[in-house]
Amino acid sequence: MNRNRLKSLVIPLFSFFLAIVVCGIIMALCGYNPFTAYSIIFSGAFGSVRNITNTLIQASPLIMTGLGYMVSKRAMLINLGIEGQLYTGAIVAALIGMTDLHLPLILHLAVTMLGGAAAGGLVGLFIGFLKVHFGANEVITTTMTNFIIINFTSYLVNYPLKADGAVAQTERMLETALMPKILPSYQLTYSIVIIALVAVAVKFFIDRTKTGFEIQCVGLNQKASAVAGIKVGGVMLSAMFISGAIGGLAGALQVMSVNRRFIAGFSADYGFSGIAVAALGNDNAIGIILSGIVFGALKNGANILNMTSRTPTEFVAVVQALVVIFVSAPLLINEILHLGAFRRKKKEGLA
Amino acid sequence: MIEKIEMIDIVKQFPLVRAVDHVSFSAYSGEIHSLLGENGAGKTCLMKILYGMMKPDEGQILVNGQPVSFHSPRDSIALGIGMVHQHFMLSPVMTVTENIIAGVEPRKNHIFIDMDKAVKDVQALIDRYHFSIDAKAFVQDLSVGEQQRVEILKALYRGARLLILDEPTAVLTPQEVDALFDIMRNLKASGTGIIIITHKLKETLAIADKISVLRQGKLITHRQDLGESTMDDLAEMMVGRDVELNVSSEGPVEGEVYFEVEHCSLTRNGLPVLKDVSFNIRKGEVLGIAGVEGNGQSELAEVLTGNIKADQLVMKKDGVEISGDSHSLMGQGIGHIPEDRLAMGLIVEKSISENLILGYHGRKRFCSHGVLDRKNINSFADSTIKKYGIKTPDGNQKAASLSGGNQQKIVVARVIEEEPDVLVVCQPTRGVDVGAMEFIHHQILGLRKAGKAVLLISADLDEVMNLSDRIAVMYEGKIVKTFDADKVSARELGLWMTGEGNES
Repeated sequence: MNRNRLKSLVIPLFSFFLAIVVCGIIMALCGYNPFTAYSIIFSGAFGSVRNITNTLIQASPLIMTGLGYMVSKRAMLINLGIEGQLYTGAIVAALIGMTDLHLPLILHLAVTMLGGAAAGGLVGLFIGFLKVHFGANEVITTTMTNFIIINFTSYLVNYPLKADGAVAQTERMLETALMPKILPSYQLTYSIVIIALVAVAVKFFIDRTKTGFEIQCVGLNQKASAVAGIKVGGVMLSAMFISGAIGGLAGALQVMSVNRRFIAGFSADYGFSGIAVAALGNDNAIGIILSGIVFGALKNGANILNMTSRTPTEFVAVVQALVVIFVSAPLLINEILHLGAFRRKKKEGLA
Repeated sequence: MIEKIEMIDIVKQFPLVRAVDHVSFSAYSGEIHSLLGENGAGKTCLMKILYGMMKPDEGQILVNGQPVSFHSPRDSIALGIGMVHQHFMLSPVMTVTENIIAGVEPRKNHIFIDMDKAVKDVQALIDRYHFSIDAKAFVQDLSVGEQQRVEILKALYRGARLLILDEPTAVLTPQEVDALFDIMRNLKASGTGIIIITHKLKETLAIADKISVLRQGKLITHRQDLGESTMDDLAEMMVGRDVELNVSSEGPVEGEVYFEVEHCSLTRNGLPVLKDVSFNIRKGEVLGIAGVEGNGQSELAEVLTGNIKADQLVMKKDGVEISGDSHSLMGQGIGHIPEDRLAMGLIVEKSISENLILGYHGRKRFCSHGVLDRKNINSFADSTIKKYGIKTPDGNQKAASLSGGNQQKIVVARVIEEEPDVLVVCQPTRGVDVGAMEFIHHQILGLRKAGKAVLLISADLDEVMNLSDRIAVMYEGKIVKTFDADKVSARELGLWMTGEGNES
């Protein structure tokens, strides 16, 4: 057990390390100093309280989409539709947030979040329904619904819901629907607390509940699950609903904390980055928090890098891509690690 | 040309077990050598080392006295070693010849496959050893026994002079076993050496010139002379203690009819798989289904347990009609031990404890308000592991870490502990060791004694004959004949299984 746990830590950590090294080599070959670049990124991400809060802000949507992707992945469903579910949650949350419901802050916040989550969940449920009842491959249906949702929301804020001004966006949300800041002069809001709670809830759900157990079983061996009397279709629907709901909540929190309104095309590929976050986080809720922070730090660090040096920020994207490649090739990592162990053994043998 | 193969002081260590522990073993051409042992004793592992599929941690392999080192089966094949695996690796939509030559095709002008030459060569090989199959037949039209011959031919075509057969009789009818043994004798007469991996004692005594017994990775005996060996001797050597080989049920059952199946029909891909199958089982009765695999037995089990929907089916338990999917049938007292524990029975990446409650995890004692009760689950797992003798440090280990026999015990324990009214059990001891087999047979008979109805489906005819009160033979989706178990011979069953039976 411990051995396995250790192993599940080693691969992501080593993958990340390897990605940093390889990207560093590429930087050096291109004539940039990797040490300077990395130290700028690092201090940009963690150098001051402000930098740390900004890193957490960048990490917030990534942790959420990572969690959402992970829940469906545990049932062996590839929900590439987190991006669309995020948009759905965001637009619904923005609409609820714009409307004066005569509710106190806490309730308006709750209704806004729940509305966004429910909307994203329904999109996920729809995908699950297509899968369970018509055998539609969820990779295709999610990719296609992404187009529809992203463009439809864009239409909404370009025409019927457009606020005055040049930008395609809704009206600003009411103060009662905006997530309050934790510290007065920093942008970080209580969203981060909500996200932490969601991560804990997801962990509990997957590890401890009946439905979570069934999701894992269906993901690992669908046939055996069905033979054992688990209702596979129902389990898939729940997994897709929850996955979509987390995606929707991600979008809701983003508009409630950062944008304060729905802006067309506001997502910087958060949904897709979630896949990388989940991969580096080893499909584990706590791992996803950490890997989300790592990716958030890279993103935030890249902004600083952009401002302070002439090193192209694209290198950060290279690191991200390399991490995903290495994490998804655990055999490669194993091989490299074993090679090291083998050499050491050999040397000891000779000495 | 291989005259002699020696494996000297071979060791293979896996993270948790030493699969092969300082074993020395030799085989000669023109000899049939039986490698006996329980599952997990290291037989297959030892042979995979000889075949180049695994690298030993220690030890040496000598061919004709020369040390060799195999990096992959390619190296061992080049030296004339061939292996026929338990699971066939054939493409059903290709012909016998195409399957045999794949990878080593004779060429015309280095580019085109010389199919005429290939067919001629393969047919020559078939005739030489009296394999009696057609080189141009499609593999999907062949019986299991014939497919096995194609696998043997594949090795011979590549120049094998030493053949390793891994559990070759596991899937064959008695008649096919006889045919295989004839082929083995022909091969032996032509100077080919054969190593047969098996845990079937009767067959070992029937065919082998020499016997080596492995137990827990160690070589227990190496016998040249089989003269005075009996099945009981060999069984004791394999297991290390006295074993009850024939656990059998006693006497005809007089109880009332409890479980009834009427007019069960199923069509798949437009082909009828089950044709109007009807039978009943009394309380405290084991009904065995004998048949060559692929005659509808698997589908029958899946239909009765709600995993496939039949075109037509009436099922009654205690006179009351029951129906539904697997979930609801389980709730109505139908227990199911599926035929393939890895594909259908277990989630091997999950822990032993979790596998022990799989399917019953929603029961009150394991789950309250949708949250699993870890404490109860673990204590249930601990006591079940003890009761069923599942060899593991604790219930948190992954099911994948266990041997086949111990994995099967999980599947059996899970269902038996629920005390189902009707048990549908398929291939309960496939690929498990003698010790686990004995145990599992006792469990099944325990249910029988408790007055439950048991439907036993197995390709192992000995098992069906030993455990059943009545035996129904399935052929091409129909029950062609039902016998009282004590009034029928294996030979007669074999005839009905292959469609050759007649009422005379």
